[in-house]
Amino acid sequence: MTGAVAIAGTGMHPFGRFDGTPVTDMGVTAVRQALAEAGNPAFQAAFCATVYSGVAAGHKVLGALGLTGVPIVDIEAGCASGGAALMLAVSAIRAGQYDAVLVFGIEKMPRGIIRSSFFEPWREQAGLAATPAYFALRAQRLVRESGITKEQLARVVVKNRANGVDNPNAMFRKSITVDDVLTSRLVSEPLHLFMLCSPNEGAAAIVLQRADLAGPTAPTLAAAVLRSHLPGSVLGEATPMSGIPDEDITPPSTLAATDAYEEAGIGPADLDLVECQDTDAAREVLAYEELGLCAKGESGRLVDDGTTALGGALPVNVSGGLLSKGEPLGASAVAQVVELADQVRGRSGNRQVDGARTGLAHTVGRGANAAVVIVTG
Amino acid sequence: MTPGAEAGTGRRPVHDGLFGEDEHGGAFLLGGRCAACDRVQFPMAPTCPACGADTINEVRLSDHGTLWGWTAVTAPPPGALGDVPFGFGVVELPEGLRVITRLTEPDPSRLAFGMSMQLTIIDLGPDPDPDRDAEGNGEIVTTYAFAPAVPA
Repeated sequence: MTGAVAIAGTGMHPFGRFDGTPVTDMGVTAVRQALAEAGNPAFQAAFCATVYSGVAAGHKVLGALGLTGVPIVDIEAGCASGGAALMLAVSAIRAGQYDAVLVFGIEKMPRGIIRSSFFEPWREQAGLAATPAYFALRAQRLVRESGITKEQLARVVVKNRANGVDNPNAMFRKSITVDDVLTSRLVSEPLHLFMLCSPNEGAAAIVLQRADLAGPTAPTLAAAVLRSHLPGSVLGEATPMSGIPDEDITPPSTLAATDAYEEAGIGPADLDLVECQDTDAAREVLAYEELGLCAKGESGRLVDDGTTALGGALPVNVSGGLLSKGEPLGASAVAQVVELADQVRGRSGNRQVDGARTGLAHTVGRGANAAVVIVTG
Repeated sequence: MTPGAEAGTGRRPVHDGLFGEDEHGGAFLLGGRCAACDRVQFPMAPTCPACGADTINEVRLSDHGTLWGWTAVTAPPPGALGDVPFGFGVVELPEGLRVITRLTEPDPSRLAFGMSMQLTIIDLGPDPDPDRDAEGNGEIVTTYAFAPAVPA
């Protein structure tokens, strides 16, 4: 395909808690791996996805490696920051501006409920900066409109945590049971503690290169799309503090997925695996509907019949998802695409999806921003 | 007791322009109505988030609505005043506006979809950075909340 973009190399710093390790060092680890795998090509630009790393975070990483001089741009698009960085890199290569671009995501999140400048001070004082409670309202709506049960939500957690056991880059690598989930602390009805992902730390890196310059085994980055919420959207991913009813407003994840399917020339039926935004268990189930993996209202069936389990017809979050890995915001989407690249190359070990050729990665969050990336082998 | 009405008890709203009380002590939310598209918003902002127009007229919004979503906050959110748990949810006003709000009922099992809700003003707690009066007392910070409507 003319103008095709390849994933020439990938790298990861594990996700977790690494007291004493600066975010820059984590970025260096991931970037070195990715560049080495790609054969250290000369890249003409670098995009660094991060939310909490401060001024010139990307420059610090490349400065530590003596690789400055090229344009280095830090990208913030909430949970979808990495998807945003990939979109810009792919576009620039396709346009002929660059032959190779380095994309990396780095993050070192404070502990506890994420404090975000998204909320004005009065909303914080009034107790309205309660991020898990917004997730709970979204989950409650899914329960009401799609008939999802708390046990189904627990089974999503059990599935993802079982997948995470085989991912050395995940934070949580121990299987848990439905009972464990439902007896964990109730954070905000209907969401229990184990249904929520942990903000944490980590880094991921990808070298994108013109496909004709990359090695023949390099996967193709077939689509990378970022969209924001349409006006009026409330309590989907827009998280405005109030707004008009949104029943007829297409959510940003669907906007991004629709564009990405078109860009890649495929549909949901062509997918072999999906990595999606499981910030909480209900968020994953909602993604099944928003990404077109099933019709609206049918997402519970995909949990019940094992469709989205490893070995099912369309495994979702075989990496363990954010529920196992944790969510370092800037690194999250890049790591999803690293997982897809490994999967389509058949090098994912015990969590390998048999015959994986086409995968989709989905991130969505504050902004609202939603990104969908499609990788083909 | 009407919040803010007692002499000698300093109270301040968590933010100006969000809500008020009429001469009978009835609470109301202050919203904006777009002169161009007629959509209402809360809180009132200088521009319309639906159409972008910049002529927004202040309106008193309904003091009642129906419950659209609800949960409880059990861990203190960043920067929050007062104690947990507290109720948290979305109330749909007759104007077709959904308001994210604290709820006076912290037990989700006592609430139901479509339940009638009434606006009220609640105390959040002492101002963490108060202007103190002559006796050294700081102000109490108040905010809007919705309570299940008591059947007449």
